[in-house]
Amino acid sequence: MSRYIIRRLIAMPLLLLGIVSIAFLLTHFTKGDPLISIIGERQMDNPVVIAAARARWGLDRSLPEQYLIYVGNLLTGDFGTSLRTKQGVGRDLAVRLPATLELVIAAMLLGGGVGITLGVVAARYRDRGADHLARFFALIGSSMPVFWSGLILLFIFSVRLGVLPGPGLLDTRTTGPPFVTGFYTVDSLLAGQLSTLAEAITHLILPACVLGWTVMGIISRQVRANMLDVLHQDYIVAARAKGASEPRVLVNHALRNALIPTLTIIGFSFAYLITGAVLSETIFSWPGVGSYAVDAARNLDYPAIMGVTIVGGTAFLLTNLATDIAYAFVDPRIRFK
Amino acid sequence: MMSNAASDDGDMSLLEVRGLEVTFAGARGRLEAIRGVDLTVQSGETLGLVGESGCGKSVTMLAVMGLLPPTVRIAGSIRFRGQELAGRPQPELAKLRGARIGMIFQDPMTALNPVLTIGAQIAEAIRIHDAAVSARAAAARAVEMLTLVAIPFPERRALQYPHELSGGMRQRAMIAMAMANEPDLLIADEPTTALDVTVQAQIIELLRRLQATHRMGLVLISHDLSIVAGAADRVAIMYAGRIVEQGGVEDIFDRPRHPYTRGLLASLPKIDNQAARLTAIDGAPPSLAARPSGCAFHPRCRHAAEICAARDPELRDVGGVTVACHLAETIDAADAPPPGRLASQPIGTA
Amino acid sequence: MAEAVSALTAFTRPRWLTVPVVVGGVIAVFWIAVALTVQWWPIDNPVLSVGRRLSPPDGAHWLGTDALARDVLSRTLNGARYSLPIALAVIASAVAIGAALGAVGGFLGGLADAVVMRFVDITLSFPVILLAMAVTASLGPSLRNATIAMVIVWWPSYARLMRAQVLAVKEREHVEAAVAAGASAPRVLITHILPLCWSPVLIQATMDFGQVVLLASSLSFIGLGASPPTPEWGQMISEGARNFYQWWIALGPGAAILSVALGFNFLGDGLRDILDPRTQ
Repeated sequence: MSRYIIRRLIAMPLLLLGIVSIAFLLTHFTKGDPLISIIGERQMDNPVVIAAARARWGLDRSLPEQYLIYVGNLLTGDFGTSLRTKQGVGRDLAVRLPATLELVIAAMLLGGGVGITLGVVAARYRDRGADHLARFFALIGSSMPVFWSGLILLFIFSVRLGVLPGPGLLDTRTTGPPFVTGFYTVDSLLAGQLSTLAEAITHLILPACVLGWTVMGIISRQVRANMLDVLHQDYIVAARAKGASEPRVLVNHALRNALIPTLTIIGFSFAYLITGAVLSETIFSWPGVGSYAVDAARNLDYPAIMGVTIVGGTAFLLTNLATDIAYAFVDPRIRFK
Repeated sequence: MMSNAASDDGDMSLLEVRGLEVTFAGARGRLEAIRGVDLTVQSGETLGLVGESGCGKSVTMLAVMGLLPPTVRIAGSIRFRGQELAGRPQPELAKLRGARIGMIFQDPMTALNPVLTIGAQIAEAIRIHDAAVSARAAAARAVEMLTLVAIPFPERRALQYPHELSGGMRQRAMIAMAMANEPDLLIADEPTTALDVTVQAQIIELLRRLQATHRMGLVLISHDLSIVAGAADRVAIMYAGRIVEQGGVEDIFDRPRHPYTRGLLASLPKIDNQAARLTAIDGAPPSLAARPSGCAFHPRCRHAAEICAARDPELRDVGGVTVACHLAETIDAADAPPPGRLASQPIGTA
Repeated sequence: MAEAVSALTAFTRPRWLTVPVVVGGVIAVFWIAVALTVQWWPIDNPVLSVGRRLSPPDGAHWLGTDALARDVLSRTLNGARYSLPIALAVIASAVAIGAALGAVGGFLGGLADAVVMRFVDITLSFPVILLAMAVTASLGPSLRNATIAMVIVWWPSYARLMRAQVLAVKEREHVEAAVAAGASAPRVLITHILPLCWSPVLIQATMDFGQVVLLASSLSFIGLGASPPTPEWGQMISEGARNFYQWWIALGPGAAILSVALGFNFLGDGLRDILDPRTQ
């Protein structure tokens, strides 16, 4: 197991370097002049700004030197200055990260929980009504643009039915809890502000459901396939021969084995969730990295776009590594070799 | 009503199967896997169930346990300690399985859950049937069971996973799991087939010891006659979904009557046999979909007569054993080769 | 009579001809037909004002009108003229580039393979939308540049797929035989290996069609693809978001995207049943 992990850990920095290199190349391709990607077109007449940018990013040096300065800056957290907010992109991202994390985690739990259940149901009632229904429901989630499903469901539940609140982390007149983690749910719980907690949760439900729905497809498909493999195994018959009830067989024996290969899909689905966060946060007025990315795109805020891309790629890479390591731990056949 | 007390009724068989029929609904029509099987097992007795792969031995026992998929149709009577099992709903059968009837499988590597420890799997068998047992108590009992099956360092083994044990130990662990609730009947489906020859004898010995001390009924399924010869009290020979001969082990082995049984015995290598080649039965067992008319064995039978192609023989009493062969008596009288030879084959160069 | 018919059809109907496949086929044919012919349909002009602004669906305008008084239904149908050809272009290019690189890498092995796979790995390290965003922004927002960005983002998965296929087929006996008979390397690859590799790629391409339409609309939604007044679906949903209470504006384009994605997904499944009988 350790050899496998070590190989992955060694590949990691190389991939990270690859991500950064791609970003570097892109900044140089922006409209032909890397300067534009740093200070934006509107500042191209301002000699003071130009000089400062040149110095900070070494634009008058050779390309390899620029590359090293670029990487060096990134390592110190300097992602450039946002053309829109005039703040450091790194700082912007750090401030907005918790909101997105909260949303993505909630969506992962919901989408994963429902997705796994759908997969088990689909496998148990293979080729019957429940199987088709479960698969169709999951498929729709992956076939709708998430910014559209968010829009429509927000309209239905908030405007027409009035059962769920409108967009935003909280109601417009509520102030947030004191900062500890940045997660409104956790922080309001820690501060004992139960009404704020309730509000945070009701505001989180719809975006988490909409986002979670996008990954139910891949998760349930994988669980279904793994369950079908597992249900053919001898130890399932042996478990029944022991007198285990059908639910026990399905969960304790079948699902426990089927979930192990599902782990990799769960890691992969983080990419979908990041994508979904980018596209749906604006709909829900969610002040996270996603809406920041969309604002950046709409305003051609190049430093912000690159910053989000690098951070998003890194996050995805790290979650994949984490799931690979978890896989090795969770499967006793790999753990004890 | 299922009673848990051990049966003291000497007249009642532990397991009595009458007219068992098992039909699979296949894509191309119905396949009759088992076509009328009768067998009995008494407490404290070992029944050997012998036949080639595909003859239906495992299916028969899976039907007894109620472990066949719900799309499979089962007809006939299956009485366990006098209670009828056929047609009972799964939850009721599940109460018996692992508690009063245990089953061990051929390949312990695939029959044990790879992600649970040995101890956890044995403890589960206990706690399924007695929810009042605490986790600690069940774990302790699991270690006891591992000791019972002669696994050294049982406390350590209980915390290990199946892949960390050798083949023989895994099989012992599976036996421990099946014995955890002291069943009245233990079904062993090819328990030695996946094991080394040296280990096979140990496992069989273990089963015999357990059977004696617990006064269990034991059904020993195997395609290996030599295993059965050493371990069984009575033997039932299966062919193409039916029992073709059944009786005491000595009767069957000393004086086989059904041509198939003879063929099987003749194909066993014998130390004193000078034959240059092993004898075999010509042909192959029929597939489920294409059974011959009449007696299923007749295309491969030296003695086949017209009646054999026309009518399926009934099991009947012939000299102390039950045989399903129209010509059992005539074959027996006219042509009784010593065991180890099939009369038509020349014996080596002698 | 009905019994006889269903008994007969059950006998003769091929295994892959299921309800989803038929539905998928109908949807796909519908949208392709729309994309090809809608400019001659007797419906409202998609870029001109035709009545009152922001009016809900009624007899004259089945999906209502948007903020500039344009007929939403007409704009939705016309959106096919952009989304479908773009998706086709992206997939065709991505398959061409990806399959070529993957085949060469898998066939040659060694350095070529390593280089291709490194590029594949790095590209696939990004969540698709982020890389597509970054590339489109760098090139300048337009449908053309968005298309290029999507091709850049999409080719690696076909490279991986083709490479795996080539690696598997490479070991087969008829390939050994061809090599032993003296066939040149390109000939072996093209004549003997590739013909056996294309079916998973075709299946994947069909199923990806809907996903590309989704990606394209996403890029337009965030302003990096189509720009007004182009009746592109993502663009229209963005307008719909700005006019939240006029729910009909976003309804048409979103439903269109959903139907395209579902339809081609079903079609791809059916294709898989036809081409690869060993499915579960």
